[in-house]
Amino acid sequence: MRAYRLLLRLLPASFRLEYGEEMTAMFSERRREATSTLTMLTLWAETIEDIVRNALAAHWDILRQDLHYAVRALARTPGFTATAILVTGLGIGANAAAFSVADFVLIRPLPYVEADRLVKLSEQTPDGGINVVSPALYRDWRTGSPVFQSMGAYFNMGVNLVGEGEPQHLQQSVVTASLFPTLGVRPLRGRTFTAEDERDGGAIILSYSLWQSAFNGDEAIIGKRLLTDGLPREVVGVMPPDFHFPRREIAVWTPMGVALQSDEDRTNTYWEAIARLRSGVTLEQARAQMDALSRQLAQQFPQELEGVSASVARLRDQFSSQSRALLLALCAAAACVLLIACANLANLLLARALTRHQEVVVRVALGAGRERLVRQSITESLLLALLGGALGVGIAVVSLPLLTRLIPTSLPIAQSPVVDLRILMFAGVLSTLTGVAFGAWPAWQSSDTHEVGIANAGARAVGGRRARARAVLVATEIMASVVLLISAGLLLHALVRVQDVEPGFRATNVVALRTALPSPKYDSLPRRAAFYRDVLTEVRAMPGVSGAAYISGLPMASQGGVWPVAIEGEGEVGPRSPHAISRYVTAGFFAALQIPLRRGRDVSEADEMNQPWVAVVSESFVKRHWPNQDPIGKRFTFLTDKRIVVGVVGDVRVRGLERQSEPQVYLSYKQVAELATPFFYPRELVVRSSVSPSSLIPTVRSIVRRIDPEQPVSDIRPMTEIVSDVTAARSVQVRVLGAFAALAFLLAASGIHGLLSFSVSSRQREIGVRMALGAQGREVVRMIVRQALLLAGAGVIPGLVLAYLAGRTMESLLFGVRPNDVVTFTAVAVLCVVMTVIGCLAPALRAVRVDPAIALRAQV
Amino acid sequence: MAASLPDPDTFLPLPAATFHILIALAKEDRHGYAIMQDVEQRTGGALRLSAGTLYRSIQRMLDQALIRESNERPEPALDDERRRYYRITPLGEAVARAEARRMAELVRMARAQGLVLGSR
Repeated sequence: MRAYRLLLRLLPASFRLEYGEEMTAMFSERRREATSTLTMLTLWAETIEDIVRNALAAHWDILRQDLHYAVRALARTPGFTATAILVTGLGIGANAAAFSVADFVLIRPLPYVEADRLVKLSEQTPDGGINVVSPALYRDWRTGSPVFQSMGAYFNMGVNLVGEGEPQHLQQSVVTASLFPTLGVRPLRGRTFTAEDERDGGAIILSYSLWQSAFNGDEAIIGKRLLTDGLPREVVGVMPPDFHFPRREIAVWTPMGVALQSDEDRTNTYWEAIARLRSGVTLEQARAQMDALSRQLAQQFPQELEGVSASVARLRDQFSSQSRALLLALCAAAACVLLIACANLANLLLARALTRHQEVVVRVALGAGRERLVRQSITESLLLALLGGALGVGIAVVSLPLLTRLIPTSLPIAQSPVVDLRILMFAGVLSTLTGVAFGAWPAWQSSDTHEVGIANAGARAVGGRRARARAVLVATEIMASVVLLISAGLLLHALVRVQDVEPGFRATNVVALRTALPSPKYDSLPRRAAFYRDVLTEVRAMPGVSGAAYISGLPMASQGGVWPVAIEGEGEVGPRSPHAISRYVTAGFFAALQIPLRRGRDVSEADEMNQPWVAVVSESFVKRHWPNQDPIGKRFTFLTDKRIVVGVVGDVRVRGLERQSEPQVYLSYKQVAELATPFFYPRELVVRSSVSPSSLIPTVRSIVRRIDPEQPVSDIRPMTEIVSDVTAARSVQVRVLGAFAALAFLLAASGIHGLLSFSVSSRQREIGVRMALGAQGREVVRMIVRQALLLAGAGVIPGLVLAYLAGRTMESLLFGVRPNDVVTFTAVAVLCVVMTVIGCLAPALRAVRVDPAIALRAQV
Repeated sequence: MAASLPDPDTFLPLPAATFHILIALAKEDRHGYAIMQDVEQRTGGALRLSAGTLYRSIQRMLDQALIRESNERPEPALDDERRRYYRITPLGEAVARAEARRMAELVRMARAQGLVLGSR
């Protein structure tokens, strides 16, 4: 019989209480009738089926009734309903948006088969830095490591596509044929590369978006011939739309030629490598094996590889720790908003429960059980929460595009997440929890049969207890909003600090654009020199232009070109040499960007191949190598060539405002090895002008077209945008957090106001008595303000402590701002107290206007 | 209370269990188990109401006021404290009649088309 009673628990409580006894009696009689084991088993089978089926039906009946009732009740109070849905919607929306970005970047597997087996392989330099790989070392790894099923390598470079309308500059990834199989991807059309393509090099694969934009999704694309950098290529495949490897700007893939692959120089590092772990091999095993292999290789090639090891990291984790911290902070803030929204919802429900007190009394009198009342209330709050959740998903969809700047570009994923089933389920579960948890409590409170029993004695006692519950909720809201306000304040402070960092150049009124000269067309130096000379002469002659020059890589926008340095008389270049950033420039670059020339001279057009090879170095370079000496005329080896210092310029934050950059070395574009790759060709044109930079663009375009009609102009951007881009993720996060904090603040303010209004109206009698006994209006106001301040204190003080802890955990994002920043803390505390005082003004005034006679007569 | 009963036709067609319960209560008050036994006997064992179905039907019929709980208890010797007795209400009778009429009408139509075997 125990089992039967247990089974009955499936039924709704109201039904069970009513009929459970009789059903049990009936079951025991039927059990007596059952004689054999078989009939007994049949009886049990029938019974279980019967109870389960009827339990489901009974629950469904109740749900339908409750929903019907809830819809009617909510429709009767549209103001309350709209507020509750809006509050929940904001809370769920903030979380759905934050979750979809965090899920996209941190959790969701990359879009490849068994993506958790994919790793990125890099060189680890003796000082612990992570570097790209040389083709020779890649080959050593590939042949020497049994832990990987396959390996692939690639490097990215710009390429000019001619013949499809306006010449276009595109990003291409040059890949080994093994790359696609390693990732486990299939093309959408055609095929991927074969060993044959590596030999003759004439194949090309298009990205889906290029196929769509440049060829209108032409179905006859396979076999079509294109010209890239003057080379004929045949389209052999189109990749699917969600393929963005290694990054989303890549528009075409071309095969890695055999010549590049057989490079023997182990210091010529420019490849990136990925590998797929053999199934069952762990990351740790792979690391151990690669360490052993590295030691062996270092013995074999001590000159080049001494101290060099291999770093093995999951492909999934290829983004900065700052991206992670920004996202986690965002999620925590969203959770805070939800907490506040929930507290607000619970508060609204409690207040509503009070207004429906009469109704509850009547229903209890009619025999409704507490369980039944609670269930009814939960259905109602669940309905509200789900409606709020639907609104929240809408809010998330609308706000997602604002958050895409938080998605690191270093991951091979799309630019923005889509709201899919995962996000909907997340929002659904969150709404359900909100509805049940924060609906059940007020419902339980308000249906307390004890309270209902004493209800008729006067609402005062009930009101008192419930007011305490509401006070706790409001204090929670204040606390959470203090945490949010302070966090947002600290991050804002940090952002301002980052933006105050001197970049080392003047970005205003400068526009940058790219004319990437292709190889082999521009392999001859005189031809390049002629191009630069012609373009720069004409651009400098344009009205309003005060400076123009070329450089091989823009500060903050270009990576790479970090080379080893050996000072004359201090040995040769080796794996332990210090590094500096190299850039090839034309004359006039420093003037165009207003980088201060401290000593000596700029590179000039006279610094030709047959002249001494010169270098202009940054102040930090001088400080590192020749402290307190005159650097002019000093010599050093840079990568492979000897250079002589002719000038010193101010330092530039090449790696962005927040990072320390290596010292910089600027070289004359004319003094470059004969067989240099196009990477060394200056391709970024910077133009400083007194007129609006964008108005220059059409003229610059026509100048370039006149000089070389096949040369595309791309990547046109004001320099200010390049600078602001490095703080884009930060400023987006601060803006979102600021919005969250403002929202939280408003919700908390409305909570305080609501609670105090309620408190004044339920204490009307008491206030009336006090006034009748001679209390002054001032004293009544003081009483209410004191209550408000207590409330504020109860929220603000723990809030300050939590905010400090939150600040400590995100210290890495604070750029030196202390997590106990006095200004921020004081400002927020004052703001909250002011808000509290303003929130209690209206209720206090209402209290003063209480007419003792009316209040006393009102309800006894 | 007898002022205006709801229209019995709005309850039609009745679920089979409901109709059987009304028939079982037509002549006398019964408790749940007795209703079940009565239905079983009358149908020659063909229909045996399960406990869940029976009490869910009873609950709904109480809500719809087709039956009510009876206050009269049997002889103390025969009474089981746990059991509740149910009595058909005037509305319940009217609904049962309406259902019977509806079914008879259906049977008449079927017979007219020669669908009823052994027509007497």
